[in-house]
Order: sequence, then C-alpha cells, then structure tokens
Amino acid sequence: MSKHKAIITVEPDKLDLWITREFDAPVELVFKAHVDPDLFAQWIGPHGLVTTLEKFEPVSGGNWSFTQTEKDGSSYGFHGVFHEVSPRRVIQTFEFDGLPESGHVTLETMTLEPLPNNRTKLTAHSVFQSVSDRDGMVQSGMEHGVQEGYERLDEILAKM
Amino acid sequence: MARTPTTHDPFNAVAEPKRRQLIQAMGAQELSVNEIVERLGWNQPSVSKHLGVLKQVGLVSERRVGRQRMYRVNAERLKPIFDWVTPFEQFWNERFDRLDKVLEEMKKEQ
Repeated sequence: MSKHKAIITVEPDKLDLWITREFDAPVELVFKAHVDPDLFAQWIGPHGLVTTLEKFEPVSGGNWSFTQTEKDGSSYGFHGVFHEVSPRRVIQTFEFDGLPESGHVTLETMTLEPLPNNRTKLTAHSVFQSVSDRDGMVQSGMEHGVQEGYERLDEILAKM
Repeated sequence: MARTPTTHDPFNAVAEPKRRQLIQAMGAQELSVNEIVERLGWNQPSVSKHLGVLKQVGLVSERRVGRQRMYRVNAERLKPIFDWVTPFEQFWNERFDRLDKVLEEMKKEQ
C-alpha cells in the first residue's frame, strides 16, 4: 500500500465528486501514463481484470473505449470522448455500457499540478447528470475491494 | 437518495472536509476544546462550531468534567459512512497504487 492516499469528497445531494491524490513523479510522467495506451492499460484496473483498449485517441475531440474482462469471461465496457487533452488538463466524457439504459454520461476533468521536488497533485472532478447516478456509481461497480474495504474499516474503528 | 439537513444526518455532517479533519485529529481520545484547538491550530469558535454539528448528529459525545466539557468521537455512528464510501475509496487507492508502480518504472527508464 502506498504512503499516498486518495482523498474522496462526496457531498450529499450534489451532482459531483472530487478525488485528489499526490504522486512522487513529475507532471510530465503522470500525464504520459494517462495518454500512452500501453501504460494506461497497465494501471486503470481493477485488479484481476484485463483491460483492452478498443479506441484510444487522447487528443481534443478523440474517442476512447475499453473493455475490462474477468477471468470467468464476463466483461464491462466503457466509452467516451476526449473533449480536451492538454499537458495539465484532460476533460472527457465517461459512460458505462452495462447500464439498463444508455445516456448516463459523466463529465470528468482531471488536472495535474506540479509540486516541489518533482511531485504532482492530481485532481479528478466528475459531474453526474443526477444525484442518483452519482450515488449509484459510488455504491455499485465497486465490488472489487469491498472485502479489503471492510478490513480497513475494522482497523480504523479499532484505532478509535 | 434524499438526505436530510446537516444537523440530522452523519453523512451531511462529515461532508464538510474540516469536520473530517476534526474527527481524525480527535482520534480515540477524549479531549477538551482547547486541546483540539492546539492539535488543529484553528481558532476556538471554529472548533466549537464544528464540534456542535458533530454532536447534534451523534458523531461526537460530550461529557462535563468539573467546569470543562470533554469530547469524544462515537465510532459506531461513523460506520454507515464508511460502509458507503470505503469500497469506492479502496477502488481508487488500488488504481493509483498501480499508477505509482507504472510511474516508478517510467522514472527508471528515463
């Protein structure tokens, strides 16, 4: 487990959520890890699933789509459009193809901010079309790591 | 998922990042307002205001000891919030831990 932790801010009754995380690498490398298809597929995860990029055009106006496949063969598709790709900011749409109806699209803005000593602060801001879309996203599709999550909860509670 | 106002719902109460910071700073200890002020370096009215909200939703309990009021976090009341956000947080932490490894490899290749 890394010494850095993602900080998630999910305020009640709002359409958005924020995630921030620091990295011990310069902005240029963090950016490259987001736009180089081979690198991107290595970390986007989740653990145990294989990510296959069908389209990956990380330029303003480009498309992206990828599929994540479990060992048992079940797979989950996602797609969207890169609205803006620049060295410090990526704005894109995001849609999970597995929902009962299409059109539940999220607008995601990722910004990279240089920190001293060649470090980087990443901020990801997602805006959903409805509070229920957002809360559903937080609640579902996150089965991976639920168990570990509870173990961590136990640890946290034990310390209190 | 409709939510009630800040003063009735632990979810709302910890939506404010400063209140999460306050809960973390308190940890498992029973503390006076002054001790919390010292730990956080915030001014006293600010600490008292946030403590008041946390007390109303039951996340913090208050006890009188002589002339002082002592405060403690009620861990049990935090559980529903952890239950909701923890898997999501875990998902992102795992993703970013993988990104850390990729970045380490990239640095070596430079």
